[in-house]
Amino acid sequence: MSNTSLNNLTRGIVKENPVLVMLLGMCPTLGVTTSAINGLGMGLATMFVLMMSNIAISCVKKVIPNIVRIPSFIVIIASFVTVLEMLMQAYTPGLYAALGIYIPLIVVNCIILGRAEAFASKNTVFQSLLDAIGMGIGFTLALVLLGGIRELLGNGSIFGFSFVSENATPLLIFIMPPGAFLALGGIIAVVNKLRGVN
Amino acid sequence: MTYLMIFITGIFVNNIILSQFLGICPFLGVSKKISTAFGMGMAVTFVMTLATIVTYLLYYTFLRPYGLEFMTTVAFILVIASLVQMVEIILKKSSPALYRALGIFLPLITTNCAVLGIAILTIQKNFTLIAGICYCLAAALGFTLAIIVFAGIRERLEHTDIPPLMRGTPIVLITAALLSMAFMGFAGISY
Amino acid sequence: MNKDLFKPVITLTCIAVIMAFILGFVHRLTAEPIALAKNQQELDAIKLVTGEFDNDPFAEKMTITTPNKKQKFIMYPARVNGKLSAVAVKSYTNTGFGGRIDVMTGFNVDGSINIFKIISSNETPGLGSKTDEHRFKKQLKDFHPAKQILKVKQDGGDVDAVTAATISSRAVLRAIERAYSALQNFNTRDSNE
Repeated sequence: MSNTSLNNLTRGIVKENPVLVMLLGMCPTLGVTTSAINGLGMGLATMFVLMMSNIAISCVKKVIPNIVRIPSFIVIIASFVTVLEMLMQAYTPGLYAALGIYIPLIVVNCIILGRAEAFASKNTVFQSLLDAIGMGIGFTLALVLLGGIRELLGNGSIFGFSFVSENATPLLIFIMPPGAFLALGGIIAVVNKLRGVN
Repeated sequence: MTYLMIFITGIFVNNIILSQFLGICPFLGVSKKISTAFGMGMAVTFVMTLATIVTYLLYYTFLRPYGLEFMTTVAFILVIASLVQMVEIILKKSSPALYRALGIFLPLITTNCAVLGIAILTIQKNFTLIAGICYCLAAALGFTLAIIVFAGIRERLEHTDIPPLMRGTPIVLITAALLSMAFMGFAGISY
Repeated sequence: MNKDLFKPVITLTCIAVIMAFILGFVHRLTAEPIALAKNQQELDAIKLVTGEFDNDPFAEKMTITTPNKKQKFIMYPARVNGKLSAVAVKSYTNTGFGGRIDVMTGFNVDGSINIFKIISSNETPGLGSKTDEHRFKKQLKDFHPAKQILKVKQDGGDVDAVTAATISSRAVLRAIERAYSALQNFNTRDSNE
């Protein structure tokens, strides 16, 4: 694998992590991460759409005139989201119910349109796929991290495995809406420190 | 009575930003000053109400009768995107003053998940058209309220000595957490 | 001008048509699994609340109404060797903390509750959602609404509410109570005829 390919693959995971560094896709990040498993499900669902749309857009990039670029991208992305919706309804109904409204809202996730516009419309199919995988992994990792922290503090468990006795009272605030902001604020503070910002 | 409850619940209890997490991007991005926050709030209110009405009619006159419910997402996002474009063109021609006030926010609204989210939720909750309008108006006003209050806090934050570690995004998120806790006080009022 | 407009319009239309074909194809492919998955969820819930049965509860499902005829619920009879062993009633309430809660309740032949299962709800995870956990549910095992009071202790009943989730607990009990009253209503009418 050449250096550029490796770079395209790994960039999204740490250096340009879409959530923790670029601050994109905040709504699903905050909305579904009441547990690590929901975070994982949402991350993988988004990664699927990201991969499909990056592939499709890099395939057709030459034939799309500039003036209808964005509408075309939206049609392509929305269609893949609908495909995902139907597949999830059929094969993972539980997860589909848990993620609710955030599944159709993948359409307006800025990460996907952002990568289509910034990367897939300028690069080859293979490189776009690598970029999508990297960004998808980065997004998933961030969601699992946030979901894991919230689930651990707010419910005393991770991926459903409980660590505390039935009678213990965990820090419930972390699985309620304020906890989402609080936990993400904390994580980003740590990430900023590690990156040496400020 | 039901309409009033839908309205109050929509603004305070299930605040679209602070408890439903829709429209976080503009909430964090366009909330540095009260005046811009107000402009954004108004633009969202306008587009969201229009979009909900149009998508509602589209769903019940076209998508459902023909068994095309699975196309909801695609149809709605296209309607919203073209609606925003149309509003922009019409405002530019007919009301330059309003265009100057709201114009710069309009392109941002296409990818604002609150608009698509509320349009889909109105359908999912099986509202009548009037209840749906109540619901989306409440959501939009809830959005405006939250973003203005938040901008007010952020204006103060500018002049505050914040620990270096928390500067920038972290303190903004923590502030949002505190605001969200305050709104949790409304919980329990339900219809 | 016309020529400039021609290509974009054609391209956009082509993309839309291709995507519509893909969607239609996937829709046909998944229509059956989606319907199956929905039925399976319901069937799993029935199985859970009624115990073993060897009939097809879907084929025998009936609509029952509460005494004031305002709510319609669906009842699924479960039989073993043709003999009624339990019934499952799917009821709902809009009084939950997050709005509507759908509950499947299993009733034994003597009218006592076997066990219930929350099918869908928007209750707060970790708080209201605990009404679907064993600690709360076990209180209602063999609970007889005619002999005991199906209300939380705060309201003078015999059930401990989930800590910090009284509203959710109250709502779940209300849904079960409605299922019970609809079932009673059905039974009394049945014996009168």
